[in-house]
Amino acid sequence: MGDPSRAEGSNNEGILDHAERRTLVALFDTLVPPGPVSDDGSPAVPGAGAAGGDRYVEALLGAFEFDPPRIWAGGPSSGRHGGEDGFSSFLELSGWEARAWRERITGWTEQYRTALAKLGVDFADLDPGERRARLSTLDPAFCELAFEHACESLYGDPVYGGNDDGRAWTAIDFRGDTAPAGWTDAEVTHPYGSNGPPW
Amino acid sequence: MVTDCDAVIIGSGPGGATAAHTLTRAGWDVVVLEKGRNHLLELEAPYGPLGHMSNDEIKFTRRHVLGPDPMLEPRSFRRDESDGDRLYVGDVNNLPSTVGGGGVHADGKLPRFREDDFALLSTKGAIDGADVIDWPISYADLEPYYTEAERLIGVAGEETNPFAAWRSGPYPMPPGADMFGATLTAPAAERLGLHPYRAPTGANSIPYDGRPACVNCGFCGYYGCPVEAKGDPVALLRAALGSGRCRIIPEALAVGVTRSRNGRTATGVRYLDLSVGPGTGDPPEREIRSRYVVLAGGAFETPRLLLRDDLGNSSDQVGRNLMVHFQTLTAGAFPFRVFGASRGRSVTHVHDDHIVGDDAQDAAARAAGLPWIRGGLVEHGGAAGPIQEALIYGPGEHHPVAMVDSSLRERLWVFTMQGEDLARPDNRIDLDPNLRDAWGGPAGRMTWSPHRHELVASAHIGPILEEVLRNAGAEWAVTSTSPPIGPDAARHPMGLPPASRHIVGTARMGHRAEDSVVDAEGRLWDCPNVVICDSSVFCTSTGYGPTLTLVALAARTTRLLAGTPLSGAGPGSDRR
Repeated sequence: MGDPSRAEGSNNEGILDHAERRTLVALFDTLVPPGPVSDDGSPAVPGAGAAGGDRYVEALLGAFEFDPPRIWAGGPSSGRHGGEDGFSSFLELSGWEARAWRERITGWTEQYRTALAKLGVDFADLDPGERRARLSTLDPAFCELAFEHACESLYGDPVYGGNDDGRAWTAIDFRGDTAPAGWTDAEVTHPYGSNGPPW
Repeated sequence: MVTDCDAVIIGSGPGGATAAHTLTRAGWDVVVLEKGRNHLLELEAPYGPLGHMSNDEIKFTRRHVLGPDPMLEPRSFRRDESDGDRLYVGDVNNLPSTVGGGGVHADGKLPRFREDDFALLSTKGAIDGADVIDWPISYADLEPYYTEAERLIGVAGEETNPFAAWRSGPYPMPPGADMFGATLTAPAAERLGLHPYRAPTGANSIPYDGRPACVNCGFCGYYGCPVEAKGDPVALLRAALGSGRCRIIPEALAVGVTRSRNGRTATGVRYLDLSVGPGTGDPPEREIRSRYVVLAGGAFETPRLLLRDDLGNSSDQVGRNLMVHFQTLTAGAFPFRVFGASRGRSVTHVHDDHIVGDDAQDAAARAAGLPWIRGGLVEHGGAAGPIQEALIYGPGEHHPVAMVDSSLRERLWVFTMQGEDLARPDNRIDLDPNLRDAWGGPAGRMTWSPHRHELVASAHIGPILEEVLRNAGAEWAVTSTSPPIGPDAARHPMGLPPASRHIVGTARMGHRAEDSVVDAEGRLWDCPNVVICDSSVFCTSTGYGPTLTLVALAARTTRLLAGTPLSGAGPGSDRR
């Protein structure tokens, strides 16, 4: 494992410019939009874009701006449930793994640049119907990729850049990583306590 | 002959780790070649955990941390020759390629086979279009090694399965905590006449062998264990390393077995050193000379190596009779959370009834014109993590509402039946004629389609499992299969190739060199100082997960090799 500091000579301005990131946020919020506020006041699910989707994509496309590359978070724990924060210390890649990931990211970067340009700088200002219409002009393969990344960003670990403060996990009542504390035997077998299952 | 070690072991998964452990205990010096990275344990004393394993859905399910990366090691798939050279390229049954192999990501369900699993032809009879055979060994031959395997790995279980084979000793540990969903479905199954029991599991329920008890983190299947509660394979590898007689070389891709002039004796292994490159050119080829070679790359990679090296195939059986488990997936959503995707060890209960069969199952077979059908072990388990769930729903306004409702994750309970797959010679692993890996080697290709037996068994048992779920309180229940069948197969969320990581056959053991690849002791007929210690030697798939059996077989093969067989064991014995 190594320190997630930027690699020497890296581009500190990031991979996407401000306009592209604004379009990306709108794109992710269209694919995986925010949820309605519930009657009981539970926190709403944030949109994938607003919850940091642009930072997720930026971190992924710019993974090799860091040493080690920010592809695989470390372990064994995040520190949120005991132990120390090992997640922030990303794992080293082998030379061959790095080659594969560089190639993969190069392709994705090109796909994002092409698609974001096609969506246009005004995409974020459109209403939902207009956004969907413009989305239909994109390469379906990119739409699939963007949806996958939107889901990963919103429901993956915050260390990868999305899911701000674990807000999406909170909204769906998911604790996220739990090791090393885990769950007690009673919490596993009797999660509703002595009252039994709610039927 | 000058040698570097007594045995080179290709692969560090459950089979290779067992071979390393057994041979080093017998005083042999071994070298383990692992083509993947090491994320498991330090290779110098005291061999502690590297700390790479974690509860991280992105790393383990989206970014190939355990390998293989399909961009470096693509595989191809087709159902049969009518699909052309290939139907799909990418991840095809990608068991982890890493130190520890498939044991790292497994949730550690470790059942034994039953007596009649080793004598399928004798007990059930032939089926047209399938190559049903008996194993050349019996359950009695393997029983002492099952007991040893359970002790070495650390299996938690209980002896309440009425259909279980006899055993010579108790489980080393009691079962762990029941998952909540199983406390609903196990009683429902009993109400409907089935016999669920707590699954034998290779995760510590109590501190064992210097490793802690499982903490029920909820990230078990498909994840490495962050606290080392899973015994397979870290316990075996750590013991082998601790002997001072074992060296593990990660990032070492075996490309050939060197042989004597007449080709009948192996002299070592050639491998590509993937720790070098790609910036400095092609990875250098290196060689380790040894008295014996142990193949333990799994039922996909072992035949791939044999075929690319033209070794052991005088019978034309290498790669053939590939079997996977035909999975029947019956899912039901409850009106409340069952926590199957977030708490516990993925699966805590199973039942065997559909392997044993009953009158209704026999009638279903007859109605379909088959002499018999057998299903498989049914795992009572939870669903996948939130990213996986999010991907299923597809984009749109419904997405956040669906995620909160979580009918496909926290309210979902899933029965996975690991259905027996009958052997067929045309179901096989071979070399793709055009596809290459990153180092120029021929990629492996899977050709596989189900026999009608699997389809009939699934169609009969699926509705039974749906009834169990509804009896347990599920609002709805639905059944699908992997691999998918029908006109929508290509759109199945689990993909077109079989999703089961239980892959066996491809280098069957047998009594005769004419129709098998290895003998009853696991030695290649064509080159007897090469043995196979993985699931490729299986003669039938059974309906049980293969890992404990392949570990027991690896222990037996290497103990016979080293002259240290366990008492009561030996080819041909059938005593109880």
